[in-house]
Amino acid sequence: MRWTKKDLLGMKDLSADEIRLILDTADSFMEVSTREIKKVPTLRGKTVVNLFFEASTRTRTSFEIAAKRLSADAVNISASASSVVKGETLIDTARNLEAMNPDIIVIRHSAAGSPHILARCVKQSIINAGDGAHEHPTQALLDMMTIRQKKGKIAGLKIAIIGDIAHSRVARSNIHGLNAMGAKVAVGGPATMMPREIERLGVTVHHNIADTIRGADIIMMLRVQIERKAICLFPSLREYAKFFCLDRDRIRNAKEDVIIMHPGPINRGVEISPEVADGPYSVILDQVANGVAVRMALLYLLAGGSS
Amino acid sequence: MKLLLKGGRIIDPLRKIDKIADLLVDGGKVVRIETNIEDPGADIYDAGGMWIVPGLIDMHTHLREPGYEYKESIRTGCEAAVAGGFTAVACMPNTNPVNDTRSVTEYIIRQAALAGIARVYPVAAATRGSEGRVLSEFGDLKEAGAVAFSDDGKPVVDSAVMRYAMEYAASFGALVISHCEDATLSADGLMNEGRISTELGLKGIPSIAEDIPVARDIAIAEYTGTSVHIAHVSTAGAVRIIREAKKRGVRVTAETAPHYFSLSDEALREFDTNLKMNPPLRSTEDVAAMKEALRDGTIDVIATDHAPHSSIEKDVEFEYAANGIIGLETSLALSLNLVREGVLSPADLVRKMSSNPAAVLGVRGGTLGIGAEADITVIDPNRPWTVDVRIFRSKSRNSPFNGWKMEGKAVLTIVGGAIKYKEG
Repeated sequence: MRWTKKDLLGMKDLSADEIRLILDTADSFMEVSTREIKKVPTLRGKTVVNLFFEASTRTRTSFEIAAKRLSADAVNISASASSVVKGETLIDTARNLEAMNPDIIVIRHSAAGSPHILARCVKQSIINAGDGAHEHPTQALLDMMTIRQKKGKIAGLKIAIIGDIAHSRVARSNIHGLNAMGAKVAVGGPATMMPREIERLGVTVHHNIADTIRGADIIMMLRVQIERKAICLFPSLREYAKFFCLDRDRIRNAKEDVIIMHPGPINRGVEISPEVADGPYSVILDQVANGVAVRMALLYLLAGGSS
Repeated sequence: MKLLLKGGRIIDPLRKIDKIADLLVDGGKVVRIETNIEDPGADIYDAGGMWIVPGLIDMHTHLREPGYEYKESIRTGCEAAVAGGFTAVACMPNTNPVNDTRSVTEYIIRQAALAGIARVYPVAAATRGSEGRVLSEFGDLKEAGAVAFSDDGKPVVDSAVMRYAMEYAASFGALVISHCEDATLSADGLMNEGRISTELGLKGIPSIAEDIPVARDIAIAEYTGTSVHIAHVSTAGAVRIIREAKKRGVRVTAETAPHYFSLSDEALREFDTNLKMNPPLRSTEDVAAMKEALRDGTIDVIATDHAPHSSIEKDVEFEYAANGIIGLETSLALSLNLVREGVLSPADLVRKMSSNPAAVLGVRGGTLGIGAEADITVIDPNRPWTVDVRIFRSKSRNSPFNGWKMEGKAVLTIVGGAIKYKEG
């Protein structure tokens, strides 16, 4: 099949075939990163703008490396998200960038829907690198690539996602993508972290870690956003860790060959214990490595390549 | 100048009239309603196939003047009003400065008189600066022409202040209009909380943020024996609470806006900021509850909550966009859908858009009595048209209904016997 979409805005818009195409393309790019000369000329002469309105180290670096390994020129822009202090609207910023004629704009923004505004007003391809609590499709794709790598398939697997689902774009994108690929998703955490009617996105909902991970092939732990504590989602980090930290004991409720994932950055001792993060079940660093391949695949497909 | 409306369907629910007849206006008054009036001295308007109804009254409009004239002015707001069939509007006090003093109220009335288009009834702030602490001067404001008191746009958080506002208003025979929102529950909220907000990752505004203060204000009205009007009802829960209170005889009236019975949060999937408002578009169940509440009389009034904003406030990220949509030029057509759906009879529609708002605010109009001021709207209930915000009289363009195919329109709007709008 051929890629036909102008933009990658969210996993909700992708069919199983499109997801497979991205993952297959990413698999084929894996090898490039292991060469001694880690560069192919595929996107020579193309320009990728990384427009980041929100702090990011991992994702921005990953996009930058992906672009460079494909010989594209990558430009990084860090901007302030607040339209009030910035003085220039997102639409004006976008039109200015458009006038410089890049090929792909990667955007991260704290306000949900910002990539959609961009996609509507410029002709360039837009990649959503995370918009508020809405979607983070490249993270879901690298997670799914990792799952397929480790388990050989996605369909039929049971995936447990634990943590602050309400504020997690990673959770939303994974729920859409994993459901499209035929996996079963369970989400878990205190009810204050479960967004209303989340079950209608096609997941089962649990309020303790044992029930959530029972029989799971994959456990995805989400970062507890410590700065959100102020709004009373949970009483203390101590209590959160006591009931929701993934430690060696709790893993026993999952399948024996379970793998542990985390989108990072991790809070050691809060949502995940150090021995689990560094232990044999953990594939956290494989996720990061796969992130580069997935982003290479997307840049390639959106720049007009076919698999 | 005499004006003779020929052969229209005259609908006046207060006087229980619903018949084909002619209506003669002379000297700014309705002077005759009979079949086959002949008057060679009168201008004749052929109203065949049309409805002739008491002038529509919008009891919830934001005219933005003084202070935000780039969004709307009293003149453009009034032009939009008469184009939408409204002969009178009540304008909310969240201007700059806030309408909490006689001088602002008088300024609004003077500007409206200068414009000379529609009747304008200022609603003054319930508290000074709409800050929710000190009552504004209800007596003086009422003398100056304020018809009601409200901190619309901002809820009165302090229950004691709300109690005093309602009691103090009652001593002056004045009405308090309550914007019911528990700001602690709605904090940072961007849309209705439910499946769609969960999908979009937008902070939700739960229905209970409306239900709880509705229950509070009804409890205050009942306890103090005063009355209260609930603005822009959007939730099934608020409807249940109001219905039950009315059954017990509590003096509560309520309004909803056309968007709350025409659109649900399902429409929000594309992050269109023209769908962002407060209260937010609710679930399909809430939409059904609005219709039922209009049908059974729980909700007395259809008001527009016309809230003009410029592209500066709307062409931004959804999170940063201002709340509100314009409504004066679409309200009647959307409400006529309820007649076609069998929710309201034509007479019910006239009650909700004319007689009831007149009664709630205690202003003239709402009926076509002989000798009454000739505030009249002629409606072609079947005229097809397509919403095009570019040709709206309002200064602002923030309507989610742009491009909608409509059926039914005001074709002639008469204020005090003078034609203020005529459809070409």
